[in-house]
Amino acid sequence: MGDVQHFAGPPDWLWYILFYFFLAGLSGGSYVLATLLRLRDAPGDEPMARIGYYIAFPPMLIAPLLLTLDLGQPMRFWHMLVNTTPGHLGVNFKYWTPMSVGIWALTVFAAITTVSFAAALVRDGKLRIPLVVRLDGRVLNVAGSLFGLFVAGYTGVLLSVSNQPVWSDTFALGGLFLASGLAGSAALMLLLARYRPEARPSAPMLSVSERLYSLLELALIVVFAVTLIVAGTQEIVFGLPWSLLWVVVLAGLVPGLYGLATERLSAGPAVAVRYSVVLPLLVLAGVLALRAAIIFSVQV
Amino acid sequence: MPHITPGQAYGFFTDTSVCIGCKACEVACKQWNQLEGHAPSFLDGFDNTGRLDAETWRHVQFHDNVPDEAVTPGNGAAWLMMSDVCKHCKQASCMEVCPTNAIIRTEFDSVFIQPDVCNGCRNCIAACPYDVIGASETTGIAQKCTLCYDRLQNDMTPACAKACPTESIQFGPVSELRQTAAKRLEILRGQGVTQARLYGHDERVYGGLNAFFLLMDEPERYGLPDERNAVLPSRNNAGGYLTAAVTAVLGVLGGLVALRRRKEKVEGPADG
Repeated sequence: MGDVQHFAGPPDWLWYILFYFFLAGLSGGSYVLATLLRLRDAPGDEPMARIGYYIAFPPMLIAPLLLTLDLGQPMRFWHMLVNTTPGHLGVNFKYWTPMSVGIWALTVFAAITTVSFAAALVRDGKLRIPLVVRLDGRVLNVAGSLFGLFVAGYTGVLLSVSNQPVWSDTFALGGLFLASGLAGSAALMLLLARYRPEARPSAPMLSVSERLYSLLELALIVVFAVTLIVAGTQEIVFGLPWSLLWVVVLAGLVPGLYGLATERLSAGPAVAVRYSVVLPLLVLAGVLALRAAIIFSVQV
Repeated sequence: MPHITPGQAYGFFTDTSVCIGCKACEVACKQWNQLEGHAPSFLDGFDNTGRLDAETWRHVQFHDNVPDEAVTPGNGAAWLMMSDVCKHCKQASCMEVCPTNAIIRTEFDSVFIQPDVCNGCRNCIAACPYDVIGASETTGIAQKCTLCYDRLQNDMTPACAKACPTESIQFGPVSELRQTAAKRLEILRGQGVTQARLYGHDERVYGGLNAFFLLMDEPERYGLPDERNAVLPSRNNAGGYLTAAVTAVLGVLGGLVALRRRKEKVEGPADG
């Protein structure tokens, strides 16, 4: 195994980007889970579906702000979308550059989450805009889920499409961030279900999905580690002090993996942890720690 | 030198075998491009600059290459010095990933960051395999060597090449520089300098570098990736997206499985 050479300098993507990646994962994952619940067409699942659509919206308000603030010239954020090169005015879209594709996906997804959020408010009797309910049909929800999956996962691909150590040494980051985002979303929806009793019948579904997503995330962490060992860059991200963050990442997988080991795919009601506050927060801490370890270890 | 003609590829041939580490190139670059630079820091050897960044577009590297044991005649090793600069790659990683199209190829075939278009996302910094680009603390945008674009437009040689007292930095049409480099390598090899080699003179590294080098050691000693490692960031697109797509499919399937279990649970009592 020959070590891969890296001479690229760090881009100094730190706190803003960490929280953007975190929010993108939760927003995309929540929208997907909400849509799966709604597509099942069971009235009992609709309250939990609406929790998902509620969760998906605020990150899409905050995320563009974080991305803008991280720019060296924030007022030029729109240059991502419009080519301002003299004589070449037009739309900027480079399909081979995840940052370019991602900014468009983010724009579309933000619009869709806004509609679904408003529609959830209307359906809950908190708002009166009947039009958004008509817009918020299955087609929009499915399209939103596709964009949600993309937004939750492309952030990892964006890192990989570079010449940075660790990031460019693996193909697993896109999948890893997506799986982690889905697990975190299930945990967050379960957490918020505490405050909406009518959503609780859907809690078993989310509990089972969180177990599966935790397993998927663990498998991708293994793939991630193996690819780095092949490249010879594993020490950068798994050495001290970053190994402490990996402890948090693995701790965040424990609720799901423990549920899988003890209850497998049973959706029975006997799981006390399902309505815990601490365990979903632990899962969410793991989602954040995963991104922090990967972003900071390469750049700090 | 003949007139500098738009439409022709221009660049640098940096012959490290005659670099004396005087840093005239660094000073000339800063002076012409009005770069403030940083406070000097005394690093390894005679390096008081550190690295290329937004304030340093030319940087003289110093590498201690003095062996412990005696050397054979004609192969005496000493300090390795190299005036580093943007390579103006034919296939430029920075240009590939720039989402704003701020990075363009000029009429002189150089890679140029448009200061009024760049919004400082720093994606180019993550991509540049030579650590050439830096984010300016004052302007907020990405900056690097422009090949003295303004001087070229006015038929003037770039400041660094103009100032170099030993002709270690040579400027001209890339096709001519390649011939010069080939002759120089032949002379050195003829003198028994077996460690001399060219880097970036042909298409094996990023399709060819418009700023290429004659080195006195392995490329990695100078912070230059070898041919196997000189690869564009887009190489990771397919693998990255494919893994994400497979995960997305498994994620949806996982959700459906979970829903199925929920359905069984809901339907269970009704069946019973």
